[in-house]
Amino acid sequence: MPVLEGKELRIVGFLCNWCSYGGADTAGVGRFAQPTDLRIIKLPCTGRVNPLFVVRAFLNGADGVLVSGCHPGDCHYTAGNFYARRRLEILRELLDVMGIQQERFHYTWVSASEGQKWKQVVSDFTARIHDLGPAAAFSGCPAVPIDMDETGIKAAG
Amino acid sequence: MNIGVFVCHCGSNIAGTVDTEQVAQAARSFPEVAFATDTMYACSEPGQAGIIDAIREYGLDGVVVASCTPRMHEATFRKTIGRAGLNTYLFEMANIREHVSWIGKDKEANTNKAIDLVQIAVEKLRRNTALFSSEFEINKRVMVIGGGVAGIQAALDCADGGLEVVLVERESTIGGKMAKLDKTFPTVDCSSCILGPRMVDIAQHPNITLHAMAEVESVDGFVGNFDVKVRKKATYVDWEACTGCGQCMEKCPSRKAEDRFNEHVGTTTAINIPFPQAIPKKAVIDPGACIMLTKGKCGACAKLCPTQAIRFEQEDTVVQEQVGAIIAATGYDLFDFTLYGEYGGGRYPDVVTSMQYERMLSASGPTGGHLVRPSDGKEPKDIVFIQCVGSRDHSVNRPYCSGFCCMYTAKQTILTKDHIPDSQSYVFYMDIRSPGKLYDEFTRRAMEEYGAKYIRGRVSTIQPRNGRYVVKGADTLMGSPVEIEADLVVLAVGAEASRGAGALAEKLRISYDGYGFFMEGHPKLKPVETNTAGVYLAGSCQGPKDIPSSVAQGSAAASKVQALFSRDKLASDPQVSSVALQRCVGCAKCASTCPFGAIEMTEFRGMPKASVVETVCQGCGVCAVTCPQGAIQLQHFTDNQILAEVNALCPY
Amino acid sequence: MSVTQYAYYPGCSGMGSSIEYDISTRALCKSLGVELLDIPDWNCCGSTPAHASDHLLSASLVARNLAIAESMDVAGIITPCPSCLKNLKTTSLRMQRKAFHDKVESIVERPVRADLPIKSVLQTVLEHCEPEAIASHVSRPLKGLKVVPYYGCIMNRPPDVMTFDDPENPTSLDRLMTALGAEVLPFPHKVDCCGASLGLVRRDLVTTLSGRILDTAAALGAHAIVAACPMCQMNLDMRQSQINRANHTRHHMPVFYYTQLAGLALGQSESCLCMDKLCVNPADTLRLVDCPAAEERTR
Repeated sequence: MPVLEGKELRIVGFLCNWCSYGGADTAGVGRFAQPTDLRIIKLPCTGRVNPLFVVRAFLNGADGVLVSGCHPGDCHYTAGNFYARRRLEILRELLDVMGIQQERFHYTWVSASEGQKWKQVVSDFTARIHDLGPAAAFSGCPAVPIDMDETGIKAAG
Repeated sequence: MNIGVFVCHCGSNIAGTVDTEQVAQAARSFPEVAFATDTMYACSEPGQAGIIDAIREYGLDGVVVASCTPRMHEATFRKTIGRAGLNTYLFEMANIREHVSWIGKDKEANTNKAIDLVQIAVEKLRRNTALFSSEFEINKRVMVIGGGVAGIQAALDCADGGLEVVLVERESTIGGKMAKLDKTFPTVDCSSCILGPRMVDIAQHPNITLHAMAEVESVDGFVGNFDVKVRKKATYVDWEACTGCGQCMEKCPSRKAEDRFNEHVGTTTAINIPFPQAIPKKAVIDPGACIMLTKGKCGACAKLCPTQAIRFEQEDTVVQEQVGAIIAATGYDLFDFTLYGEYGGGRYPDVVTSMQYERMLSASGPTGGHLVRPSDGKEPKDIVFIQCVGSRDHSVNRPYCSGFCCMYTAKQTILTKDHIPDSQSYVFYMDIRSPGKLYDEFTRRAMEEYGAKYIRGRVSTIQPRNGRYVVKGADTLMGSPVEIEADLVVLAVGAEASRGAGALAEKLRISYDGYGFFMEGHPKLKPVETNTAGVYLAGSCQGPKDIPSSVAQGSAAASKVQALFSRDKLASDPQVSSVALQRCVGCAKCASTCPFGAIEMTEFRGMPKASVVETVCQGCGVCAVTCPQGAIQLQHFTDNQILAEVNALCPY
Repeated sequence: MSVTQYAYYPGCSGMGSSIEYDISTRALCKSLGVELLDIPDWNCCGSTPAHASDHLLSASLVARNLAIAESMDVAGIITPCPSCLKNLKTTSLRMQRKAFHDKVESIVERPVRADLPIKSVLQTVLEHCEPEAIASHVSRPLKGLKVVPYYGCIMNRPPDVMTFDDPENPTSLDRLMTALGAEVLPFPHKVDCCGASLGLVRRDLVTTLSGRILDTAAALGAHAIVAACPMCQMNLDMRQSQINRANHTRHHMPVFYYTQLAGLALGQSESCLCMDKLCVNPADTLRLVDCPAAEERTR
């Protein structure tokens, strides 16, 4: 589905299953109204977030990417979010070099009990992306969905 | 793959703001979708039957359910498709309730978003593979953290069921808050008379190992195989030798040690047994108050001890315990009322907390059960109780109701009248909250039979005047200001999370809320479970609770552990990492990053290769991102699956 | 001591019923290096009557003064009167909201930034000089004088507006008076209401509320009350005989402004401090300061 023309932008969220996905659920249970732009992809842990996923989203036309996990120290897997923090911090520094505006990427920590905070994170990030407007298209990018088996990604799954 | 998509209305919960029919229709156009429909309640019996029928009729080999959060019903639907003969991992959920219908009212945008979420579920499912669990051995021992009434109940229930129990208590005696109480509501029976025998049972039970003066230092492992380090703090007394005779306390010259058991009403001796019924009844030296340990001379207790149990050189020790499940029962702490400047902020000696008052009421307390003013030792006649001190108050970040203060205040007014028949109690309250068996009747008795005067309103200030205290407040029913002269003011302080609760939650890898209370698995359906398998909750660590509720939770947590241990082996989660040997170059980066040590380096045809120990792997996926070759993949969350989701969302 | 310039807002009572507060405030600030520049052509803040009838009116009255002060190149606005202070601060806070800000600006017909810090003279003095530093300037310590500090109900409250000292148990006056050499008694009515402007319409309330303050001060053995609010001082001092009549008491309790006692300790003359403006004659009390032994003799 295309995003609603003129109404929404394309925002992808990578959330850990234990904290932030639960926080988004808590926000839903609390009926905390949020912008509709964000689409959430559930992962077990932010430690599973390959910076490549973020870059791929941008290359394929995402206007914003949000990553959220457990607060540092609270990781369900003890240390996954520490890995995520290092990887994503480096990624952020590299985004400008790749021609992707740094501001379009954000990572944060929201626990399963912080429904109110999740609403705030989504609202603020969506507003920020709307302020930036649609991302410029990458020239040379295929206009059709990429066939996974022909990408350069060495994937065994 | 033949995929079936089922879009749930959830009554009007989803259908109210999402056009479910349109979502189903759109789903039919997605690749490999052979069947799509909308359904009233997918989780209901007819809903599940509908899924099974469709699987059989259309030969489906993969199912997407678009409904609530997978945290709610993923397990339910996996079982459903399992009954229809499918592998339970050929299933995906699209969360179109918590993440769509409940957070926005724009039906067009919601429907569009729901279609997107169904599409990414379909794209992921197309790349799912059948996964199979393996089994692993479990260690049928259980650790209970916290020896209050909830922990005692949980430990006894587990032990009576034949399980080995390790009970860890931070203080030198078990008993918790209940042991400090004089009487309990609504029966006004003696707290130590009903708790004491259970404490003795703990000490005598052959299946229970008690570590008092001990705290959990670290928790490793996972359900069935936890490895817990417990720090046993130095007591400076050899508990093997100590008989609890108490002669050391009589002769200890240092009487300045803080008396935590008696809520700091007075001080106590540096070597101390908190109360006569303590379990274990062993002496402990407070190193901050002991003259020998601070100044290097004295040793009166060592000279006196009939069993030569004093060990001034003792140090902390760390013991390791292997258990299969953990019950956290760490209870609560009392709100620090000194934040309230209007109640004197701790400056007035005759403004005491309810727990201090409870200790004064107790015959084994610091005043021998005599109600006296701390300032001058005189018997108070007019006593004002102020409820909701640190409860239901946003200004001190305690918006929640502590639940039991209304009841214990009523109890304390009754006990006050019993102790001092010509006394008069006044209670400032916001609302009386007494939902429990015989609870409301009890508060009425306090008012009607015992003459406690209840005033609905808050207190604005307490001011000393001529050796007494003027309590000024509002009577909101009369609409007038009131002033009461009191000899003693008792603050019904609320409950807050036990100090250190957050740190323990991090060790146990469970969630806690903004106030430090542990999060249960589900607020309605999983009250004593957590989202971490093998870790359970009991009592006030989850939120303020009275004694019956805490005991009920102790038993509930124990029964959960019994159910877990009723099997000899547990099925492992197959969502674990696996190594593609032909890609692995043996760099061992994955092994060095794995938080669980689940990756071993092996040799294959003379080449080093990584190998995943499936029962140890917890499925976080850190290794998959680390691998420079893409050789190690987290099953069910492979690079290809996640990238397929990304591509579905960003199709440019 | 460094000199800092502030826009000074004396308030209406400073021009009339509490002229001694105004004069002694100016004297204290001068001796501590706080330079006061009067806000030219200032107008009444509207006090309680304005905000009791219309918030916009109250804000507009204040905003005009803010606008003038903003053109003065000063570090902030200071006022001795807690009631003026509360109105100035409340308006300044409210004007952070754009809609309200625009409405008020259109009424006063001039730009108002509402961004200057606004403080009481008491807060300014204590932030400018630590009590210990003030103590080093004392030439005539208030030794032998037992006082109770009386802050009044709005000097520190509401706490999120006033953001100064503890709202329930403030200690700034205590620390200042101790530094000046006086003995400060623990006073439970520090922040109680005196009855304020109800003195005109409900005199019975004032005699009850202010009477209790006097009763407690006397029972504690205080020689004097130290006040920081013109309205409190007026109720306790000017109405003391009314209170005595209504309550059948015989209080003779001088009620000083803290600026007066500070001036005295710093060596200013009694006449400069307008001690004669007080209704309850402070002469006997002031003699205690001159000659601490006098107290012993009277026993």
